[in-house]
Amino acid sequence: MDANTLYVLRIADACLIHGQRLAEWCGHAPVLEEDIALTNVALDHIGQARSLLALAGVLEGRGRDEDALAFLRAEREYRNPTALELPNGDFARTVLRSFLWASFMKVLCTALAASTNAQLAAIVAKSLKEVRYHQQHAGDWVVRLGDGSEESARRMGDALALLWPYTAEWFADDEIDAHAAASGIGPAWSSLQSAWRAEVEPVFAEAMLTPLADTPFRSTGKRGVHSEHMGFLLAEMQSLPRAFPGAVW
Amino acid sequence: MSTKNEWPLWEVFVRSKSGLDHKHCGSLHASDSAMALQMARDVYTRRQEGASVWVVRSDQIVASDPDTKDMFFEPAEDKVYRHPTFYKLPADVDHM
Repeated sequence: MDANTLYVLRIADACLIHGQRLAEWCGHAPVLEEDIALTNVALDHIGQARSLLALAGVLEGRGRDEDALAFLRAEREYRNPTALELPNGDFARTVLRSFLWASFMKVLCTALAASTNAQLAAIVAKSLKEVRYHQQHAGDWVVRLGDGSEESARRMGDALALLWPYTAEWFADDEIDAHAAASGIGPAWSSLQSAWRAEVEPVFAEAMLTPLADTPFRSTGKRGVHSEHMGFLLAEMQSLPRAFPGAVW
Repeated sequence: MSTKNEWPLWEVFVRSKSGLDHKHCGSLHASDSAMALQMARDVYTRRQEGASVWVVRSDQIVASDPDTKDMFFEPAEDKVYRHPTFYKLPADVDHM
């Protein structure tokens, strides 16, 4: 695969895997209303993944469609940042991750509007409306829990301690970012960091949360080297298409 | 689900794209108005139903008493002359 295909695949896989994780809440959310809300967000991400995977398939030029890319790749071929494949944990961790990622997607989609790939620019124009709502909804919960009871604040603090180090990967550029920026298909992700912090920090301030100091830890999901949780996620996600090839509703 | 008992109930009114007025479409539980609006969006406008949403605390609605229905509404039953169909309207008065 060439660098631009991999660049699109990183975004597509992030949406796909995050959507899969959020869908696990279906039937299990704390209240019925939030159950529907989380499932809506999950479906938005699956929809984004479908468009982006289809585009990646075209860029790759080997005739693979969105289903082949979503369900018939091996673990090392998925390019999502590790943060998105981590288990949901409790509700605090789920909404914090959703907020951090939606904030990232918001700045990424805004920048991708200027992509030299017209199809990518069109996809993100639609996604931007969705992620703005995801950010508001999840950010609302981050504030409610972070500045809530002693118990909810403790859980939000634990979630932050676990998730924050994984966000460093989002801004750790490699040759794929460099190539994307040079070719004009999209920005190097590191260039989005200050805009992302500007989205995150006001909500954190309201939620009584403080961004953590940077550590040397860098997760490597973007390069296909995933956490131990990824295999289990894929086994569940891929089981039906692998057992019933070509199955349709 | 103990929170269910603590969160107040809200009534949801949705105005559709072509509609002129907000119509009652259901209710939900939420801890405050901001959450109620978001939940209303997620629960009641998933299928492109809405262009605008109102929420109002259910306990803020004053309702007529079902037990006084006969006193309240039945006296109007035999007063059909209250319908404007009995009056001739000038031609330039439209839409009555």
